Amino acid sequence: MPTLTFIEHNGTEHHVHGDIGQSVMQAATFASVPGIPADCGGACACATCHCYVDEAWVGRLPEAEGSESDMLDYAFERRDTSRLTCQLWITAEMDGLVLRLPESQF
Amino acid sequence: MSLASVVIVGAGQAGFQVAASLRQEGYDGRITLIGDEPGLPYQRPPLSKAYLLGKISEPNLLFRSAEFFMAQRIDLVHDKATAIDRLNRRVLLAGGGVASYDHLVLATGAHNRPLPVPGAHHSGVFGIKTKADADALAPLAKAARNVVVVGAGFIGLEFAAVAAALGANVHVLELGDRPMARAVSREMSELFRTAHEGWGVHFDFLQGLASIEGDNGRACAVVTSDGRRLPADLVVFGIGVIPNAQIATEAGLEIENGVKVDTYLLTSDPQISALGDVACFPCLHNGEQPTRLESVQNAVDQARTLAARLVGKPTPYSALPWFWTDQGDLKLQIAGLSAGYDSSVLLGSPQAQQLSVLCFRGGQLVAVESCNRVGDHMAARKILARPARLSAAEAAAPGFDLKAWEAANRD
Ligand SMILES: Cc1cc2nc3c(=O)[nH]c(=O)nc-3n(C[C@H](O)[C@H](O)[C@H](O)COP(=O)(O)OP(=O)(O)OC[C@H]3O[C@@H](n4cnc5c(N)ncnc54)[C@H](O)[C@@H]3O)c2cc1C
Ligand code: FES
Repeated sequence: MPTLTFIEHNGTEHHVHGDIGQSVMQAATFASVPGIPADCGGACACATCHCYVDEAWVGRLPEAEGSESDMLDYAFERRDTSRLTCQLWITAEMDGLVLRLPESQF
Repeated sequence: MSLASVVIVGAGQAGFQVAASLRQEGYDGRITLIGDEPGLPYQRPPLSKAYLLGKISEPNLLFRSAEFFMAQRIDLVHDKATAIDRLNRRVLLAGGGVASYDHLVLATGAHNRPLPVPGAHHSGVFGIKTKADADALAPLAKAARNVVVVGAGFIGLEFAAVAAALGANVHVLELGDRPMARAVSREMSELFRTAHEGWGVHFDFLQGLASIEGDNGRACAVVTSDGRRLPADLVVFGIGVIPNAQIATEAGLEIENGVKVDTYLLTSDPQISALGDVACFPCLHNGEQPTRLESVQNAVDQARTLAARLVGKPTPYSALPWFWTDQGDLKLQIAGLSAGYDSSVLLGSPQAQQLSVLCFRGGQLVAVESCNRVGDHMAARKILARPARLSAAEAAAPGFDLKAWEAANRD
């Protein structure tokens, strides 16, 4: 089971076990990581599951595709490392992935 | 005025969100969440699409894990509320229990309008509302050869796309003259009609259902209102919903196309609020007309407004309505309410299945429908959240770009 680390804006860390084939958003919400409202439940329709992928992981994940990237333009403070976590599907290779939460999702 | 106990009836999208948002707002009293469906609260949108295709597994429908409800002290009660005793401020449960409240929240949603035709009771005839519906439907959808869908609304069309992808012959009966006629513009209907036909879906417009024929209790054919017999081993209907307002009606609350609430989501009893699919509210984005919406956005945003009020931060509900539906590889997103629009401007190209329809009423932008143009939709949500100043003439100018306009007109 890959373990993911979510770091809240205030620095609080959450270590979360994810299932392969589950989205990163689902793993976070099941583990009650705060700050990911995920209003649309993973339909890539709300941009409130936004996280920053740790620099060390850039290039090791599949790229954001068209609609995810378009949505991200409207996420709170998009950066190069921004992702919508409902569009990131957990694989064995993601063990140890670190994600940082934005200050706000709105 | 701190409330010792909030009771929420209905553990769906809105009821769950009220409970979660109350804790997020720092509410420390008792929260009782009463739901008549088994299991933990879950989301409905995938039921008519990704879940049926096996793209989302069962645990991933849930909003949160069991631990969340324990840690947040949300008391989840699996029972049906049968009556509201307003005098004694308590809710009576089918199992014989009672739940006493200082404030009661009605989040009972809506049920599918039943098919009013002979034969509707046969097995193999489905509405899609609950996980139980989808679980019973999924294996039949995979095996079905001839599927008849009654009603070309969102859910009917989502299912039609699924059934076509699973290899069935799909026939859609619709009383109106185009798909999603009550909800979207003619141009958008046309794009979706063409796309569905491309997936092999056959439409019969201006056509109702007369009856369903059975063979040993199983649906085997339907008869259309003009008397044709269509083979059908599976019939799925989506012909609208009826708000679950019975206990509210019996308790004497004001009813008007659902439970009537004011702009603070309060019913005619100051100790009872209502929200989500069951509530009819004066919508600021619809000229303050009584409006009942069926969408995730509406349930979630109303829940946040309501939770804030219950902890002493009242604000009128004012969120912009938005909606999405996924059909095949098309994502339709709607921002705002287009009711009564009188002119429109099109962006993009229907042939490329990328289209936005900007709807104006009296010169004012009131809604934007977008198919596979996510950027337009998100820009529209920003633009429409405030009194919109975009004119139809501006939008119709060659080379107009909604995202660029939004970026240039932020203040
Ligand atoms: C198949 C399907 C697909 C959808 N797709 C989309 C979509 O793509 N996009 C979108 O925006 N919206 C979609 N929706 C709409 C969205 O899911 C609803 O608007 C939303 O769930 C409404 O939330 P609610 O809490 O008001 O009602 P619900 O989620 O329906 O919850 C109400 C709950 O209350 C329970 N209940 C009722 N009466 C009682 C009682 N007396 N005692 C105890 N419990 C009771 C019900 O059983 C139910 O569990 C879809 C809906 C369905 C059914
Ligand atoms: S949960 Fe809505 S976009 Fe990810």
